[in-house]
Amino acid sequence: MRPTNTRNPDYFHTVVDCQWACPAHTPVPAYIRLIAQGRYSDAYMLNRRSNVFPGILGRVCDRPCEPACRRGRLEEEPVAICRLKRVAADHRGDITDQLPKKPKKTNGKRIALIGAGPASFTVANDLAPLGYECTIFEKLSEPGGLMRSNIPAFRLPEPVLSEELGYILDMGVELKLGHKVESMDALLEEGWDAVFVGTGAPRGKDLNLPGRWDTKDKDGAAGANIHIGIDWLESVAFEHTKKIGENVLIIGVGNTAMDCCRTSLRLGAKRVKVMARKPRAFFKASVWELEDAEEENIEIIVNHSPKSFVVKDGKLTGMVFELTEYEINENGKIISQKVTGETTIPCDDVILAIGQDNAFPWIEETSGIKLDKWQVPEVDEATFESTRKGVFFGGDAAFGPKNIIWAVEHGHQAAISIHKHCQGKMLGGRLPNEVEMLPTKMGMFEWRYSNSYDDAARRKMTHVELTKRFADLDVEVELGFTADQIATEVERCLNCDIQTVFEASLCEECDACIDICPVECLSMTPDAEDEAELRASLSASENIEGQALYVSDALPLTGRVMIKDEDVCLHCGLCAERCPTAAWDMKESLIQIHYADEQDGGQKREQGT
Amino acid sequence: MTSFVEPFIRRKNEPTNDLGLVRADYDGAMSTLCAGCGHDSVTATMARAFFELSIEPHKAVKVSGIGCSSKTTAYFLRESHGINTVHGRMPSVATGAIAANHELAYIGVSGDGDSLSIGLGQFVHAMRRNVNMLYMLENNGVYGLTKGQFSAAADIGSTAKKGAVNELPPIDPVSLALSVGATFVARGFSGDRDQLLPLIKAGLKHKGFGLIDVISPCVRFNDHKGSTKSYAHAYKYYNPAIHADYVPPSTQIKAAYEAGEVMPVKLHDGGEIRLRKLENGYDPRDRAAAIGKLFESGQSSEIITGLLYINEDHKDMHDMARMEDRPLNQIPYSELNPGAAKLKELQKGFR
Ligand SMILES: Cc1cc2nc3c(=O)[nH]c(=O)nc-3n(C[C@H](O)[C@H](O)[C@H](O)COP(=O)(O)OP(=O)(O)OC[C@H]3O[C@@H](n4cnc5c(N)ncnc54)[C@H](O)[C@@H]3O)c2cc1C
Ligand SMILES: Cc1ncc(C[n+]2csc(CCOP(=O)(O)OP(=O)(O)O)c2C)c(N)n1
Ligand code: SF4
Ligand code: SF4
Ligand code: SF4
Ligand SMILES: [Mg+2]
Repeated sequence: MRPTNTRNPDYFHTVVDCQWACPAHTPVPAYIRLIAQGRYSDAYMLNRRSNVFPGILGRVCDRPCEPACRRGRLEEEPVAICRLKRVAADHRGDITDQLPKKPKKTNGKRIALIGAGPASFTVANDLAPLGYECTIFEKLSEPGGLMRSNIPAFRLPEPVLSEELGYILDMGVELKLGHKVESMDALLEEGWDAVFVGTGAPRGKDLNLPGRWDTKDKDGAAGANIHIGIDWLESVAFEHTKKIGENVLIIGVGNTAMDCCRTSLRLGAKRVKVMARKPRAFFKASVWELEDAEEENIEIIVNHSPKSFVVKDGKLTGMVFELTEYEINENGKIISQKVTGETTIPCDDVILAIGQDNAFPWIEETSGIKLDKWQVPEVDEATFESTRKGVFFGGDAAFGPKNIIWAVEHGHQAAISIHKHCQGKMLGGRLPNEVEMLPTKMGMFEWRYSNSYDDAARRKMTHVELTKRFADLDVEVELGFTADQIATEVERCLNCDIQTVFEASLCEECDACIDICPVECLSMTPDAEDEAELRASLSASENIEGQALYVSDALPLTGRVMIKDEDVCLHCGLCAERCPTAAWDMKESLIQIHYADEQDGGQKREQGT
Repeated sequence: MTSFVEPFIRRKNEPTNDLGLVRADYDGAMSTLCAGCGHDSVTATMARAFFELSIEPHKAVKVSGIGCSSKTTAYFLRESHGINTVHGRMPSVATGAIAANHELAYIGVSGDGDSLSIGLGQFVHAMRRNVNMLYMLENNGVYGLTKGQFSAAADIGSTAKKGAVNELPPIDPVSLALSVGATFVARGFSGDRDQLLPLIKAGLKHKGFGLIDVISPCVRFNDHKGSTKSYAHAYKYYNPAIHADYVPPSTQIKAAYEAGEVMPVKLHDGGEIRLRKLENGYDPRDRAAAIGKLFESGQSSEIITGLLYINEDHKDMHDMARMEDRPLNQIPYSELNPGAAKLKELQKGFR
């Protein structure tokens, strides 16, 4: 088999599970080390480079990094990566002088950004300092997109949001609020050098069951007390809606449903039930969002499929559900379902939280931008360009609803494309990622990182007491980590970016590394044809998914190969410590990802910790 | 010497044995041997063998003498019984322990110095008595612990680290064992665990004295050019002639092998040793053939390894001496010590 090519920048990158899983590839272990050293501002700035909104994301990120975290393969819970990001933001000093600056003069290129959500803001963040004149058009009266209109303030306080948006506006970005773009054709007429569409996926799905339009409000308008989740949250955020009935049913069990139920409690609801069609294993909401809702005594009821609304004299009194039973096979898939009965649950209000659709009623066919039958635009997955040259999409508008961190990553990529487009360059010719390996050995038994394994369990975030948190809509529930919690949680990180690097020519096949490895991920075996054959010969290869085998060159004495199963390696450095010839070494892998400012003659930035 | 502590880490989804224990439950203290020492590799293999055989740690006994090799009993089976005896006296202490309780699994760990110089007499007599134990002789050709003097296992012409040449003929523990009646005689190499692990398992399950002479390089004092016990030398002249697999009674699958290719040997516990890769006509049950084969390979530099001789039919010490079957600690005190009157009566019979 061919030895592993560790020069491929993706190889070591995949070993850093969290960074690889993060859509914006935030260098997680590196910023955790900075926090451990008390360098909060540096940790914040390192975060900001990739994810732009550390304070926001440290609270509400969907955190795809955490389920990926190596720690979760060793014990039950991953490192609290997201909450440590918040630590960096909470404890940072004044970093304004380290932010990218408004340039002395612009380059004369005008970019229109439609929608003031995280996607457009990221594009502006990357382009404005390079001299581009960025103008953001937003139909609402405040910027932030769903982060402002839908994510409730008890999860994301307004000042945190405004401060991080402000950093970008200060780079000389123009923001036009209350300015809805009604026609793409008209906008294109205005002769922008590039247009970025970051309008999100703004249409909440409806549920047209019997009774849906039988309710009447006091003015006689149909559909009263039946709300569409994202519209309702927006109207709460902008204080148009200030109360709700005592008994509320939420239909759907995704993250929007969690925000709807918790917001209802804060507007005076007494009994809130979240109605799920399927069993718990099929819930869309993140585990932590479910936990937070249940902590507030929200009842989640499974196996109830909505059938009709019960309306008496134009007033909503309840909802009828079919009781559904599912047959589930050993792979956890539903193979059949049957209705076993019916039940009516009384309520005063119903909130529908069953998903969002894209909608571009303002994009004319004549614009040359192709949409498919679900109103999803045809967008290149690498360049984010639409079928019309110079028009780019990103965030929820590009491929349907995702989350903030994906919107940020789309923004970075679209910014690179716009930069190239404005210079008349090929959009595809982007700088590839690189990897740089830095030594970490300081002396005998001394490394530049905290290599010893700490078996502490994940720290639990303290929440505001239940009796206090419903007083106001904007009482932030999470209090942040204490100093003790920070000190413990940072040590839980395994430093997966400090890589075990092997030099076959030095090895004398003494087995010392194999014996010391506390998780048995090393072995020496005769070479094999392919990875499957190698895996079959390993004792420690319980792993099926995910991580690679690191295969060395042929060893000098026997021609066998050294193999490392990357799956459960603790990055503890004991192999390197123990090796009499330093054939194993621990090196920091710096994955260099190049943003718009480094492309096309831009200066490459110093990275690393 | 090392100055860090090996962490004991339990991780989820870790493989367990029939007792629900993980491999690390069979580890011991952190080794203080030189990094790269062959002995550490043997230690790890012994720990794995006990783990895979699902032997309860408290039902195992480790005995050793003095030397780097003998120190290693501290580095595995942290929850087992163990005795470090004085230099070269391990076989006698083990014999006594087994006489007192032969229901436990006994593993002796020694070196070429401990066994072939000061302890030679003890070593030979334990084999003669066919004491039911597995004896690991970790052979590096030197006294490692006292900084590298030639041991009685050093080959003629082999050089010491500073250049001195050995002129004394070596004692080969394997030939010695064959000549004095050991019933399980093998040679291994710390660098080949695939071969060593099943040998250790088979040796532990064999009834009677089992010797494994393990070539186990001393990285500090005998791993240089000119040494015949270095890693490089061992890898070069290593000949894994016979491979032995231990198949426990519970998992015996009906013969999935061709006659001639595999030679099965039934063990007392109902399990089986399967010998593979036999050279033409070689039968490890034939003592004379084994001695002949060794002599032949001794003419070249080849290091012939594997299970070279096995005899499962010979009585062990317990049977030969018609000893009490019950462990002494399970016999009521009144029976163990029937009192002065009974002693007098007994003595009368000898007058
Ligand atoms: C209830 C809810 C909770 C969520 N919670 C989380 C969470 O905790 N974590 C997470 O990561 N993600 C969460 N998300 C998803 C996340 O908010 C979105 O994925 C993200 O905001 C998408 O960013 P965007 O920039 O693509 O668009 P958006 O944030 O949707 O912003 C689009 C903006 O464009 C404006 N706009 C639309 N059309 C026009 C037009 N024609 N002219 C001018 N302006 C226009 C809109 O008013 C809006 O302000 C949540 C979503 C919802 C609905
Ligand atoms: C009675 C007695 N004599 C001498 C010594 C010194 N001594 C300690 S270890 C050793 C030799 C050990 O050699 P070996 O058994 O081969 O072990 P190794 O260190 O090579 O593994 C000697 C001679 C001693 N400890 N006790
Ligand atoms: S242990 Fe640290 S570096 Fe490794 S995946 Fe988890 S957070 Fe990332
Ligand atoms: S760093 Fe080395 S010793 Fe530690 S877990 Fe990884 S391979 Fe094993
Ligand atoms: S400890 Fe070093 S020399 Fe020994 S086998 Fe491992 S890598 Fe090779
Ligand atoms: Mg020795």
